[in-house]
Amino acid sequence: MATQYPPPSKRQKTAAAALASKQQEIDQIPTDLGNVRIQFIDRATNAPTGPPVSVPVAQSTVKNLELLLNSLQGHDEAHDRIPFRFFHERGEGDGDALADGTDVYHALLKEGKAGTEETITLHYAPQAVFRVKAVSRCSAAISGHGEPILCVQFSPTSSSRMASGSGDNTARIWDCDTGTPLQTLKGHTSWVLAVSWSPDASMIATGSMDNTVRLWDPVTGKALGSPLKGHSKWITSLSWEPYHIQEKGRPRVASSSKDATVRIWDAVNRRADISLSGHKGSVTCVKWGGVGFIYTASYDKTVKVWNASNGTLAHTLASHAHRVNHLALSTDFVLRTAYHDHTGMVPDTDEGKLSKAKERFRKTAMINKKVVERLVTASDDFTIYLWEPSNSTKPVARLIGHQKQVNHVTFSPDGLYIASTGFDNHVKLWNARDGNFIYTLRGHVGPVYQCCFSADSRLLVTASKDTTLKAWDVRTGKLSVDLPGHADEVYAVDWSPDGERVSSAGKDKQVRIWRY
Amino acid sequence: MPQNEYMERWQKLHGKRLDFDERLRKRRAREGHKQSQDAQKLTGLRAKLFQEKRRKEKIQMKKAIRAHEERNVKSSGPTEPSSTPLPQYLLDRSDQNNAKALSSAIKNKRNEKAAKFSVPLPKVRGISEEEMFKVVKTGKKIQKKGWKRLITKPTFVGPDFTRRPVKYERFIRPMGLRYKKANITHKELGVTVQLPILSVKKNPQSPLSTQLGVLSKGAIIEVNVSELGLTTAGGKVVWGRWAQITNNPENDGCVNALLLV
Repeated sequence: MATQYPPPSKRQKTAAAALASKQQEIDQIPTDLGNVRIQFIDRATNAPTGPPVSVPVAQSTVKNLELLLNSLQGHDEAHDRIPFRFFHERGEGDGDALADGTDVYHALLKEGKAGTEETITLHYAPQAVFRVKAVSRCSAAISGHGEPILCVQFSPTSSSRMASGSGDNTARIWDCDTGTPLQTLKGHTSWVLAVSWSPDASMIATGSMDNTVRLWDPVTGKALGSPLKGHSKWITSLSWEPYHIQEKGRPRVASSSKDATVRIWDAVNRRADISLSGHKGSVTCVKWGGVGFIYTASYDKTVKVWNASNGTLAHTLASHAHRVNHLALSTDFVLRTAYHDHTGMVPDTDEGKLSKAKERFRKTAMINKKVVERLVTASDDFTIYLWEPSNSTKPVARLIGHQKQVNHVTFSPDGLYIASTGFDNHVKLWNARDGNFIYTLRGHVGPVYQCCFSADSRLLVTASKDTTLKAWDVRTGKLSVDLPGHADEVYAVDWSPDGERVSSAGKDKQVRIWRY
Repeated sequence: MPQNEYMERWQKLHGKRLDFDERLRKRRAREGHKQSQDAQKLTGLRAKLFQEKRRKEKIQMKKAIRAHEERNVKSSGPTEPSSTPLPQYLLDRSDQNNAKALSSAIKNKRNEKAAKFSVPLPKVRGISEEEMFKVVKTGKKIQKKGWKRLITKPTFVGPDFTRRPVKYERFIRPMGLRYKKANITHKELGVTVQLPILSVKKNPQSPLSTQLGVLSKGAIIEVNVSELGLTTAGGKVVWGRWAQITNNPENDGCVNALLLV
């Protein structure tokens, strides 16, 4: 029988009654504070938007500020309005973001961070109009591969198709709605190290340890032609030509290899197009930019920028002191998804698709009325560099703080944040405009291998050697959800472009699909 | 023992002897003969020292030969850098430590249920009380009654242990025989790491020796594996893990143990 507790004493009873009778104070904004002057500044360009505006403190909620800013920018119609995030920055360094439900009084005035006398400067950044929910449960754990899984990628069209490459010499396509395998792509004779969907989801390219690249039809699972031979060492990464600059009916794919070259293949004729040689060490990462450049990172400490049209070297970016492990573009997400956006509406005609892809790219890359593609590189020298190759070959910023090799970097889809993961068990968030440090996300107890932003840039998921995935809130820098479940190291993680699912895979040979 | 580099100095000043190279060649050529002469003729301490030196040389020699043999093996075709598939970003990294392999091997082993309760050393030699405890005979009263014991075996005491007052201290655990760390081996992987001891879980000799924390062969100890970064399936960090002592710490001056799976 359970132990009976003694009845509460008289003192306890009176204390409880007093507590209950006391009315809870409602958090209200005092009405006698008058007005406060607010200056809005665009976070991307650092330029002020409109003159300082006088706002009654009593009505200064974030919702109202959003409305005001929208009307300052001329978005009067309800369907035009964009949600904004406001940052209060004082002097140097990065400011704190105002939470969604708060107001100027509680966030700034009451805390003593600003007074009503001065003009409050609020930096703003547009947010995605849609919202991705944090994944919280494992909806499927699918076995199938016979060896550790080395890479995963979602289809750009929807979250229902996903491809994974494994050490058992095959790649597989999975149906994530039902959690079943769809196709097995057999043909490679060694591990599949890289897998990449074309931006229009009509082809899959895989790169392997057997020095070849193969192309596959994702619907039938058949190989398209014979393997593309040419490299003399294994393939390290793959990148498709962006949809909006493809020659019509002639998409191309670039593959980087350990043999220090990058080769560009014609995906329809299955022929070698151009070979980019110039690196002196293994090329670790290749990215095809949207303004006609190809970016490559290599073990020879340099990052090279090539003209995609004729394969000539445009710039060499040399600042790193050790191997460059990974690079990311500010436009990565939009290049990967081309004309697929969060509404799921796909234009019917090819012209429509092309113009939509062009428009989406232009919108993402536009800073100060100029199309600017930014580049971030992670290296073994524990630093990260931020570059603007179209502007100068000197880095914009040097991001220091990691205590071990940095393995992976990524831009958020809206281009405002950079996340980096390293062998020091930490994930770090940086401001993508000037490279200022924002947060360290601590929680993993093993090296963090990869990370991926959600499509709305509000969440980040990281995969680690400590067998867990963790989802982080980008605004607060706090752990959102811990996702244990894998039995061994997690090698690869990807968030689907529509934000519905996260897939992860690793050494335990299982693909896991996570949902909210 | 030369107290200075006077030979080098002399050579710098005056040059080498004219027959220097010839003498060196001859000495090298005689070396084998000298070696065998020494091995046969030396006696006493000199023989001992000579044998020890020779043994060490032979070990190095064998290692070198083995390395040469490995180098000479011709492999067919491009081989993978490691036997287990690795993602691209881990391929050229040599600083992969084995702690992780260790944890996955433990997991695999645990799936075989039969192995759960078996330990590497199922039987140990019994240690009598006379051997383990020495009766302390100092002081008049203690001598008369003879109730105080000195433990003659290595022990583990916790970090916050303080000795009791002399009047009440029945068992003395000598400072010199206390151990804080153990060399923990994983047998299948051949990985050995030095880890702090957390406690003595079971000593097969007697419940009393478990209580006193006696580290004898066959005792089960708990070690702190947190620095290995192992995690459970639930994502928690593994802290303590059990190991069995495989050597006689009182003879060897160190504690060697085998990790239990």
